[in-house]
Amino acid sequence: MTFEWQVLLQDTGAGERYLDWLLSAWGWTLAVSACAWVLACACGALIGVLRTLPGWWRSLGTLWVEGFRNIPLLVQLFLWYHVLPALMPALRELSGFMLVVLALGLFTSARVAEQVRAGIESLPRGQRLAAQALGLRLPQVYRHVLLPQALRLALPPLTSEAMSIIKNSSVAFAVSVSELTLFAMQAQEETSRGVEIYLAVTALYVISAFVINRLLLTLEQRLRLPGATA
Amino acid sequence: MPSPLISIPTINTASRSPRPQQLFASLMLLGLLALPLQGGAQTSAGAAGATLTGTLKKIQDSGEITLGVRESSAPLSFTTGAEKYTGYHVELCLAVVENLKRQIARPALKVKMLPVTSQNRIALMENGTIDLECGSTTNNLARQKQVAFGLTTFVTEVRTAVRANSGINSIAQLNGRNLATTTGTTSVQTLRKHERANNIDFKEIYGKDHADSFLLLESGRADAFVMDDNILAGLIANAKNPKDFAIVGEVLSVEPIALMLRRDDPAMKKLVDDSIREQIKSGALEKLYARWFTSPIPPRNNNVGLPMGATLKSLLAAPNDRPMEDYVKK
Repeated sequence: MTFEWQVLLQDTGAGERYLDWLLSAWGWTLAVSACAWVLACACGALIGVLRTLPGWWRSLGTLWVEGFRNIPLLVQLFLWYHVLPALMPALRELSGFMLVVLALGLFTSARVAEQVRAGIESLPRGQRLAAQALGLRLPQVYRHVLLPQALRLALPPLTSEAMSIIKNSSVAFAVSVSELTLFAMQAQEETSRGVEIYLAVTALYVISAFVINRLLLTLEQRLRLPGATA
Repeated sequence: MPSPLISIPTINTASRSPRPQQLFASLMLLGLLALPLQGGAQTSAGAAGATLTGTLKKIQDSGEITLGVRESSAPLSFTTGAEKYTGYHVELCLAVVENLKRQIARPALKVKMLPVTSQNRIALMENGTIDLECGSTTNNLARQKQVAFGLTTFVTEVRTAVRANSGINSIAQLNGRNLATTTGTTSVQTLRKHERANNIDFKEIYGKDHADSFLLLESGRADAFVMDDNILAGLIANAKNPKDFAIVGEVLSVEPIALMLRRDDPAMKKLVDDSIREQIKSGALEKLYARWFTSPIPPRNNNVGLPMGATLKSLLAAPNDRPMEDYVKK
């Protein structure tokens, strides 16, 4: 087996090289992942908190988590792309990119919510009771006592979710977002050099996930609670 | 090096259909059983290899042939549900298989069909998962470095399908529009060159298969679908309302489509080509074409309505296996 890496320098026919296309595809992968991650963290933190509240708030959170967690990601994506726009005409205006950010972000939010809930529930009950004894109202209990500790505890599992979102972003190929997986499938056919193309794409996925891992690890060390072992 | 495991079916199957050479081979093997296992295996492979090589030997040894077929390349090769596959190239392949059965003297040969995709068909051919591909693969120079092709049995022109009420009737009108094509096909390469030459600008959307690309057109996410005309015609024929769609505009490229086989396998290549020549000579191929392209086809009894074009007619008069690049020069 000989490698022909110069395949990346071939012209695609549109006046750019496959390398340019590869880099732009990498950009789309990172953009999808980053936007979906912001959405996942925002919704996930909120839903995670709901899951620890009393009453029907908790049921709402449970419904959200179980709904997004129990439907396969690819099926969710097709629901967003093919089914919901047929029911809600407003969604037809959204691009494939926006729909995949919604699908991937909300799917991941269910997972983030579970990590946040686990963080809150792992705190000793005394923390919540002591805060209430001080006369803090419920939002204040969360804002000043529970969340600052719980989010730090949730950070290590969230690192692995952040790495997953990069890998899961590959489903975007199915709705025609020109990201790394779509690039690989299309370029290997056009060039007939599948091995080189897939190796290059694999390397970029590994690099992306690894950089995220290192960044969040640094963040974890900086924010670690003094005396906490997590 | 052939492993001892491969030589065992040779003995069993040879005793089922005793032809002189095979009988001789198995007798030799029996005589050699006293030898160490490794040496015995080598000798048996040598004896069988004297009669058959490559894919033919593989098929004889395993007692089965695996045909690569497509899920949605109607009317060439497609599924009618429940893991049943049919189409113009599938039936042509089955005719080749009949000749193959005679050549390797294995009338009860098991025929397996494995659905392949645009992305994996070449890899699956190279690694031996499929022995003959009966799909809609364009014969071009890049692919000839990895696989071989039978005589050209179909010619497709890359064209554009649009919704009939869209008012689009040429490529130039696609400026600024969304254009669908299927991931892992080469039609869009032609179009990119066309785009640059004519100074128009459009957005490419990739469907994951032909049915998905057609859905993009049907649902309005794409304004046009660029693909081989037979595939477009097949999809339109099977659409809910075929009158809603039209194939329009200039021919972007001419592509010879053929059965695909393993490279550097002259015996298999000769068998496939001879079978195709025989089909052409007897008029069976023309009848087969008429059955799939100008008569109602399953699953919905729609008619593709694509009579044989001039290029294919001249190819049937003088068959060849030249790649796509040769058609550009003409």
